[in-house]
Amino acid sequence: MTRLQTSVRALSWVVAAGVVLFLLAPLVLTVVVSFTSSSVYTLPPPEWSLRWYAAVARKSGFWDSVWLSVSLAGLSTALALLLGTAAAIAVTRGRFKGREAIATFAVSPLMMPGLVVGVAMLQFFRQVGLRDAWISLLIAHVVVTLPFVVRTLLAALERFDFSLIDAARTLGMSYPKAVLKVLAPNLAPAFLTSGLFAFLASMDNYPVSIFLTDARNKTLPIKMLQYMEEQPDPTLAAISTGLIVLALAVLMIGSRTVGLNRMIH
Amino acid sequence: MRTPRTVDGFVLLAAPALVYLAALYALPLVLLLLKSFNAKGSFPSIAGYTEFFADPFHLKILWRTVRVALLTTLLALLLAYPTAFVLARARGFVQSLILLALVLPLAVGVIVKTFAWSILFRSDGLLNKTLLAIGLIDEPVRLLYTETALVISAANVFLPFMVLPIYAVVRQLDARLPEAAATLGAGPVFCFFRVIAPLTLPGVIAGSAFVFSMAVSMYVIPSLIVGERSQTLSMLIARSYLFLRDEQLGSSISSILLLIAVSVVLGSSWLLRRLSGGKT
Repeated sequence: MTRLQTSVRALSWVVAAGVVLFLLAPLVLTVVVSFTSSSVYTLPPPEWSLRWYAAVARKSGFWDSVWLSVSLAGLSTALALLLGTAAAIAVTRGRFKGREAIATFAVSPLMMPGLVVGVAMLQFFRQVGLRDAWISLLIAHVVVTLPFVVRTLLAALERFDFSLIDAARTLGMSYPKAVLKVLAPNLAPAFLTSGLFAFLASMDNYPVSIFLTDARNKTLPIKMLQYMEEQPDPTLAAISTGLIVLALAVLMIGSRTVGLNRMIH
Repeated sequence: MRTPRTVDGFVLLAAPALVYLAALYALPLVLLLLKSFNAKGSFPSIAGYTEFFADPFHLKILWRTVRVALLTTLLALLLAYPTAFVLARARGFVQSLILLALVLPLAVGVIVKTFAWSILFRSDGLLNKTLLAIGLIDEPVRLLYTETALVISAANVFLPFMVLPIYAVVRQLDARLPEAAATLGAGPVFCFFRVIAPLTLPGVIAGSAFVFSMAVSMYVIPSLIVGERSQTLSMLIARSYLFLRDEQLGSSISSILLLIAVSVVLGSSWLLRRLSGGKT
C-alpha cells in the first residue's frame, strides 16, 4: 500500500469516528441533562435528580397526547401494512403496465414536503366536509407510514422465490395455506422492520399533523413543540429520554429478531 | 403460463393502496396546485406567482432555503462518503457501533435531536463552554439563530439517509477492483476517480436527492434553530396559513416547494436510470 492510500484510509477512519460521535452526541446529551437538578441546561449537572421526570406527569395534556400518538401510529401502521403488502405483491408479481410508477407513487410521500401535504389535506377535508381531527390525522398518517412498508416489502419480495409456493402446492397444500405457511414466514422480517420504522415515523411526524389537529387532538410532537415554546426547561429532555428509550427498545427487538444490518435494507 | 385473468388479479391487489393514495393524497395536492392559479376569483391566473416573485423578501427566503439545503447536502455527503467505506470494511463491534449510530438517531426522530442541538448551540450551551475552555474563543459566540447552526443540525438529522444508500453500493464493490486497476497500471488516484467513484455514483445520487428534498422542505429544524429571524419557505407556508391567513400566498409557496421536491425526485430517478443503462 502506498503512503497516499494509508493516509486516505486513516483519514476515513477519523471521519467515521467523528460521524459516530456527531450522531450519538445529541442523544447522549439529552439523556444526561434530563437527570439534572437545575432548571437550566448546565453540563455536567450540578446534582442528579429525577424532578423533571416528575414534572412530565404534571404537564397538561401530556398523557392524552401520548395515547393519541401511540394509537394513531399503531392503527396507521396496521393499515399501511395491509395496503402496502398487497400493493408490493402486485408490483412484484403482476405483469401489467405502470408497475414501476405505482411503486414510485406509493413511496413518494417520503420525499414530499410534509407541510404541503398537510395543507393540501386540510383544504381537501374541509371541502368534502370532514371535520373530525382524529379521522383526518389517521388518514394522513397512513400516507406517512405507507412508503416505509412498500419500500421494504418490495425489496423483500424481490428476493423471495415464488416457485416455493408452487412447490408447496404440488406437495398438497391449498393456495391460501401455502401463502400462509411459506410466504408469510419469509416476509416476517420485512413486516417487522417496516412496521417498526413506520410506527416511529408516525410517532415523530409534525409537519403533516400540525394542520390537521384541533384543540382536543394534539399529537405528542405538537405538544412537545408547544411545551418548548411555553417553557423550555429540562422536562423536554425527560420526555425526549423516554422517546430515546422507546427507540432503543424498538431497535433491540429488531436486531434480536432480524439483525441491524438487515433492518436497513 | 400466465393467463390474462391472473394479471387482472394483481391489479386488484394494488387497487386499495392506489385508490387510497389517489383520492386522499394526490387529489388534494392537485387541488392545491390548481388553487395557486386561482387569484382573486379569476382562473387561471398567475397573479399569485407574480406577487411572490415581485417581492425581494420572498426571493431572499427562496434563495436561503435552497442554499441551506445545498450546504446541508454537501456537508452530509462529505461526512457520509468515507463513513460508508469504513462501515463496509468494518466487522464485529465497530460495524455494530457504526450501524447503531446510524439507525438509533433515525428511530429517535427529528424533534428530540433538534431539541438537543438547540441546547448545544445556546450561548451558555455546551459547545460555547467547550470552545471557551480549550481557548479557541475568548467570549461566547452566537451560534443559535445562525445559518451555520441550521446547516450543522440539519446535516446531523439527515446524515443517516446519505450514508445508507452509499453504503448499499459500496458493499457490493468487488474488493479486488483496486488491485485489478493497479495490475493494469492505474495509480491509486486514477483508480479512485475512474473506477471507484463512478461505481458509487448511484448511491451518492440517491442519498443526495433524498437529503436535499428533505432539507429544502424541513420545518421543525429551522423553526427551533433559527426561529422567525431567518425564515425558510416551509416556515413561510406555515406562517401564511396559520397566522397571516393568506391562503393565496400559502398555496403559491406550497406549489413552488412541491415543484422543487418533485423535480428532485424525478430528476434523480432519471439520472439513476441513465446510469444503470436502463436496466431498472
